[in-house]
Amino acid sequence: MQSLVARKALLQGAPRCANVARGFASSAARSQAVPLEKPVLLKEFKIYRWNPDEPAKKPTLQSYQIDLNQCGPMVLDALIKIKNEIDPTLTFRRSCREGICGSCAMNVNGQNTLACLCRIDRDSKDSKIYPLPHMYIVKDLVPDLTQFYKQYKSIEPYLKNDNPPADREFLQSPEDRRKLDGMYECILCACCSTSCPSYWWNQDEYLGPATLMAAYRWMADSRDSYGAQRKERLQNELSVYRCHTIFNCARTCPKGLNPAMAIAKLKLELAAD
Amino acid sequence: MMSTRALGLGPAFRQAVAAPRLVRNQAIRNVIARRTIQTESLPPSAAQTILNNQRLKRPSSPHFTIYQPQLTWLGSIANRVTGVGLSVLLYGYALAYLAAPETFSSANVIELVHGLPEAVKYAGKFILALPFSFHALNGLRHLSWDVGKFLSLKGAYQSGYAVLAGTAVGTVALVLL
Repeated sequence: MQSLVARKALLQGAPRCANVARGFASSAARSQAVPLEKPVLLKEFKIYRWNPDEPAKKPTLQSYQIDLNQCGPMVLDALIKIKNEIDPTLTFRRSCREGICGSCAMNVNGQNTLACLCRIDRDSKDSKIYPLPHMYIVKDLVPDLTQFYKQYKSIEPYLKNDNPPADREFLQSPEDRRKLDGMYECILCACCSTSCPSYWWNQDEYLGPATLMAAYRWMADSRDSYGAQRKERLQNELSVYRCHTIFNCARTCPKGLNPAMAIAKLKLELAAD
Repeated sequence: MMSTRALGLGPAFRQAVAAPRLVRNQAIRNVIARRTIQTESLPPSAAQTILNNQRLKRPSSPHFTIYQPQLTWLGSIANRVTGVGLSVLLYGYALAYLAAPETFSSANVIELVHGLPEAVKYAGKFILALPFSFHALNGLRHLSWDVGKFLSLKGAYQSGYAVLAGTAVGTVALVLL
């Protein structure tokens, strides 16, 4: 019934119904709270752009102005606002907007982080947003992570044990479980690996902090029985030993983990082999 | 039906039911007539070729030119540069001595330095002392990492600032020597 009234009002513009509708709308508006008028706070975002459809064109920084008082607090909110309202061709990965999927990893103001966990700096005039450093770019802020995932796969990131308990699950003491804290939380966003100068120069052979921490996570697991084989595979010049304890990985990790420490422990175990 | 007539909506109701479809069809026809994009059907096997062609042209994203200057990686670069500089000096002098022992003998070097003005002497000492003290102290930092000390982020930063402070003190001490 109501929809019929609305439809008639729309189609015919019947004066009687329209009057009723207007009266209804304005009375509702009067009873609503008046939204606070916030001043316009413009901020410039300079964002790395490259379009695979025009491969000959060099990557450029494109500027966008947005009003921070009409935008959410995080860099990801700003990116989504730009994509929705200014430039729908801007391309970036995002999913969970709460720092657990790792999709929106990018370089914001010179530091790798998750755009969804990075607050917009309201004081500075502009912010620069680049994709993760030294990666092949698929488009705009989307890097090609194929190699990164292949490296992760190569360390066999799953429990390997030939003699599982016959009648129940694996048991683990609280102390052994605690050894995995600070490593199992990794979400593979690739912020650490792409912040590592060693990984920049030797990406083809050096595994990088994310993968190495995952490798050590499975060595440290008391339920895994393939520790010796796992170590054996890393005993070469490039897989681990390109790590020069630079600490960019620990400095940049948006989850507050410390891959540098995991790699140092891994080196100690390899040295004792 | 009773209620629609009561509100005087009889004709409007008929129109409302009939009109949208007409409008909708018209809209669809317009879209089809104006459509200009041509699609080309490709076999699934073509996907790999397209991907490979794209991959050939992908740019590499910028790295150290845009990365925020931090004690972590700048300290590492400084360690590398000072190490290379000191090594070049050491091996260069050793090889030069092998080639011409007379020219590069200790007595000759002492005589040469003795004749230089004070400012040049201090500048030379500074240029040698700064990389030496930094590299030596940072080497100790690396050794402590290798035995498992200072491995937290805080530890890395504190030891980094300690090395910088030690370098300043060491450089001044060596220059005044």
